[in-house]
Amino acid sequence: MTLWIVLLILVILIAIFYISAYNGMQKAKINTEEAWSQITVQLKRRNDLIPNLVETVKGYAKHEKETLSAVVALRNQLVQVPADDHEQAMQLSNQITDSLKSIFALAESYPDLKANQNFGQLQEELTNTENKIAYSRQLYNSCAASYNKLLVTFPSNIVANIHHFSKVDYLSIPEEETKAPKVSF
Amino acid sequence: MLYEQIARNKRKTFLVMFLFAVIFALVGAGLGQLLWDKPLPGILTALVVALVYSFLVFQDPVNVVMSMNHGQELREEDNPQLFHIVEDMAMVGQIPMPKVYLIPDQSPNAFATGLSPDKSAVAVTQGLLDMMDREELEGVLGHEISHIRNYDIRLSMVALVLVSAISFISQFAQRWIWYGFGGGDRDDDDRDSGGALGMIIGVIGVVFVLILGPLAAALAQMALSRNREYLADAGSVELTRNPQGLISALTKIENSQPMKAANSASASLYIEDPIRRPSLSHLFDTHPPTSERIKRLQEM
Repeated sequence: MTLWIVLLILVILIAIFYISAYNGMQKAKINTEEAWSQITVQLKRRNDLIPNLVETVKGYAKHEKETLSAVVALRNQLVQVPADDHEQAMQLSNQITDSLKSIFALAESYPDLKANQNFGQLQEELTNTENKIAYSRQLYNSCAASYNKLLVTFPSNIVANIHHFSKVDYLSIPEEETKAPKVSF
Repeated sequence: MLYEQIARNKRKTFLVMFLFAVIFALVGAGLGQLLWDKPLPGILTALVVALVYSFLVFQDPVNVVMSMNHGQELREEDNPQLFHIVEDMAMVGQIPMPKVYLIPDQSPNAFATGLSPDKSAVAVTQGLLDMMDREELEGVLGHEISHIRNYDIRLSMVALVLVSAISFISQFAQRWIWYGFGGGDRDDDDRDSGGALGMIIGVIGVVFVLILGPLAAALAQMALSRNREYLADAGSVELTRNPQGLISALTKIENSQPMKAANSASASLYIEDPIRRPSLSHLFDTHPPTSERIKRLQEM
């Protein structure tokens, strides 16, 4: 009799552990997915802002066609990237960041452009999206880290194996950003 | 780490509330003895007053603290850059977006307040906005968001509200004693103040009431360990991944004038002591020395 009771309690305990481990992992996985969707929201926002920026800059800096068309080309490439290819999207995004930097550097040689109110607003908007991309990437990586940790640590790794949870890749952070501060154009 | 901080802060909040209930009861007992020669009605009155007062204040505590410090709520259009930085820090700190307030004071400073991350607010001074660049603002706001995340705001809010309640009672009682014992012409001579026992009780009451305000403040001080500033500095670096911004912000704040608008009871909320009294003893400092904070940040 006592043996049965002990066994029953044991089974219940294992079931509770199993369910909570499973839910914990699902939650961690959803967190990383949410973090990724934060990034895509910001990428899309930036894609929408770039044409406005190009329009504004065109009027003042007629001789800088190349810089402008480079950023437009990158933007159009980014729009084509399939939704699940995180690595490529981030690579293109980093290139856009660099070319936006060079566009904002242009303003230094065109005082009229710099004084333009619209340009100033776009500059703050784009700085904001750039920073949000950087911060949501940071959030994504920390969510991915806590999820990946569950996959390899005992006892949650048992549940992970049964349900074929797989590792999430980290987003690579560009070399200069690992030490330098976030963008401010 | 974060969870331990949260648990510790919740425990301490409870302890602070308990200690203050005891102090209120003692004050009530003292006043009851003075007024009615019986402690019990005094205790009951003090506890009821404290309950009603706390209930009223905790309906909208952010508003109370902000009006104590002359804060005005900002909308996104008023200062997009500040708003965007707060958004960034709240996102990466995984808390809901706090309200943003501006304090019209030329000294650079900032604080966070609220009872929980769901209903919190950050306030910055005009001086901070004028003096700091984006990187430095991120450092400062990262520090404030860390205070919100780890429930420092709840502990300091409760301590602040209870200390101001006690100092209010203490001032009230001091005035009453002043008119009662020193004021000379008193019409209501229903109690004979000539008795030696009455004098002694009176003197003890006066002394107790006089030390009450500082005593309560010292107690609150003990609860709000200065360690929390170091922890929030570290939390800020965890969010921004950039100690440099906060280091240069702290340096600028240290070399600036003290604030005019700051309410002295809320001094401990700020990122850096807004009043900077000439402190003979550092025992009651609300903040650790800035040089020490910068040193620890540099080591990160």
